[in-house]
Amino acid sequence: MQFLLSGLAIGGVSLVAFLFSAYIGQEGVAFILLVTLSVIGMFFDIVPVLVAAVLSALIWDYFFLLPRFNFRVGNTEDKIMLSMYFIIALVSGVLTFKIRQHEMIARTQQEQEKTLVLYDAVLNSLSHEFRTPIAAIIGASDNLIADQPLLSPSDRKDLLSEISKAAIRLNQQVENLLDMSRLESGIIAVKKDWCDISELIYTVTLRLENELKHFELKVDTANNLPLFMLDYGLIEQVLFNLLQNATRYTPEGSSIRISANVTDPGLQLIVTDDGHGFPQGSMQKVFEKFYRLESSGTGGIGLGLSIVKGFVESHRGTVILENQSPRGAKFIIEIPTDKYYA
Amino acid sequence: MKEILVIDDEIQIRRLLEITLQSSGYKVISQATGLQGLETAANHQPDLIILDLGLPDESGHSVLEKLREWYINPILILSVQKNEKDIIRSLDRGANDYLVKPFRTGELLARIRSALRSNTQAENTPLIQFKELQIDLAARTVTINKETVRFTATQYALLILLARNEGKVLTYDYLLKEIWGDAYIGQLEYLRVYIAQLRNKIEKDANHPAYIITEPKVGYRFVSGE
Repeated sequence: MQFLLSGLAIGGVSLVAFLFSAYIGQEGVAFILLVTLSVIGMFFDIVPVLVAAVLSALIWDYFFLLPRFNFRVGNTEDKIMLSMYFIIALVSGVLTFKIRQHEMIARTQQEQEKTLVLYDAVLNSLSHEFRTPIAAIIGASDNLIADQPLLSPSDRKDLLSEISKAAIRLNQQVENLLDMSRLESGIIAVKKDWCDISELIYTVTLRLENELKHFELKVDTANNLPLFMLDYGLIEQVLFNLLQNATRYTPEGSSIRISANVTDPGLQLIVTDDGHGFPQGSMQKVFEKFYRLESSGTGGIGLGLSIVKGFVESHRGTVILENQSPRGAKFIIEIPTDKYYA
Repeated sequence: MKEILVIDDEIQIRRLLEITLQSSGYKVISQATGLQGLETAANHQPDLIILDLGLPDESGHSVLEKLREWYINPILILSVQKNEKDIIRSLDRGANDYLVKPFRTGELLARIRSALRSNTQAENTPLIQFKELQIDLAARTVTINKETVRFTATQYALLILLARNEGKVLTYDYLLKEIWGDAYIGQLEYLRVYIAQLRNKIEKDANHPAYIITEPKVGYRFVSGE
């Protein structure tokens, strides 16, 4: 393919030069061919470039160098010129190719360095997010075991509730990491079956009962929704992560709305809130692994939304994030799937 | 005092369960292996057994099967991860209920209470009463707040099956087999539709069911709404 393309390029340029040979001298044609050769060198491998160099030298000699239409070369000056052309063609072809190669190496190195920096950042944030609750558990339980007389019953209760909170947080982070690694390794098998979406929404709101207490929750499902062919567990986790984010990152008292609709290809799930919304420029990044908004404080490892995206995409669906006016965020999930009307 | 046997190889979990259950008024014996567990079960005839699926000497599934050859009281399964296949398998082989580690203590105690209660409920009472819901098995009538609600034969059969197993998780395939027959195993859409119909008739708010509770990916559980 590369041989054909480089041959065509040299041939085409030569043809144009040949048509205008009344206006361009043999030296001019030589320069045009050399430029063509450099361009070829920028895109193609070394062997096609060398072949193109030889081809262009032969074409130049045959069609343009006096006497024309044979490979004979008239005077000594032209002989030198042909040798020079040949050398310059080879050198420029090889040089352009080499420059390109170096660029590629530099780029890979840069990418590797970037990955390393990212990896470090991830590791740092992970160890921080795991160590904080571990520290809370160790510290609080040490305190309780030491059983100081000055520790009031209410202090004791506080310490216990800290231990409980920390452990629940740890458990969730482990679960997220497990979900992510299942996604990454591709061992997520989507097991679809008929799901009742109202039931699924209820299951999730029940799991988040404590968190949702401080919010105004509205569930808006169309009457007579059909059953949908989905992996219950995966979609449950999708909705759980979206709702949990809403309870974590919008001010208490905000309203959170879940709605489910039938669309032509399948199911549409929408989760909206009237919190602060997302900063412009972060709307795509929030779905990246380990990405966290600077404003989001501690308490997460930046996997929730990438799991949402991964699980939805494992159903060949899409997630779109929009800011609402005047405020708040809106997650729109569309999943193409079969429906069953009772 | 009700006696509970805990079979779990993790000392931390055994300690935790001992303290939790004793402080709630149960007598607790615990064992670390399947073999010792089986022996203790035979000698003590506990009122309930909590069995961990991941034991060092033999699989919890095989312990469960051996227990069910003669032991009729409730068995509660502990599973370390939400592995639906394992859970469904143990429920289909006679476990009454399951909990996934880590579990909340309140949840554990509620499951134990419910399992012990349903075990004492006589099989042949003609009248089942849950809050405002009353089922008269002899007359085949169902009333909610004394108002009669009509059901089709299939709806009624499903309601009775669920209500008679109050507190127990019934797997999808078990329900399909019992109500529709072997050929319907795996046809979840039938079950989903009928559950939705039942909820519309007996629940105050079908979107927030208080009687028929979903166990995601496993089955349904009828609760009395204690």
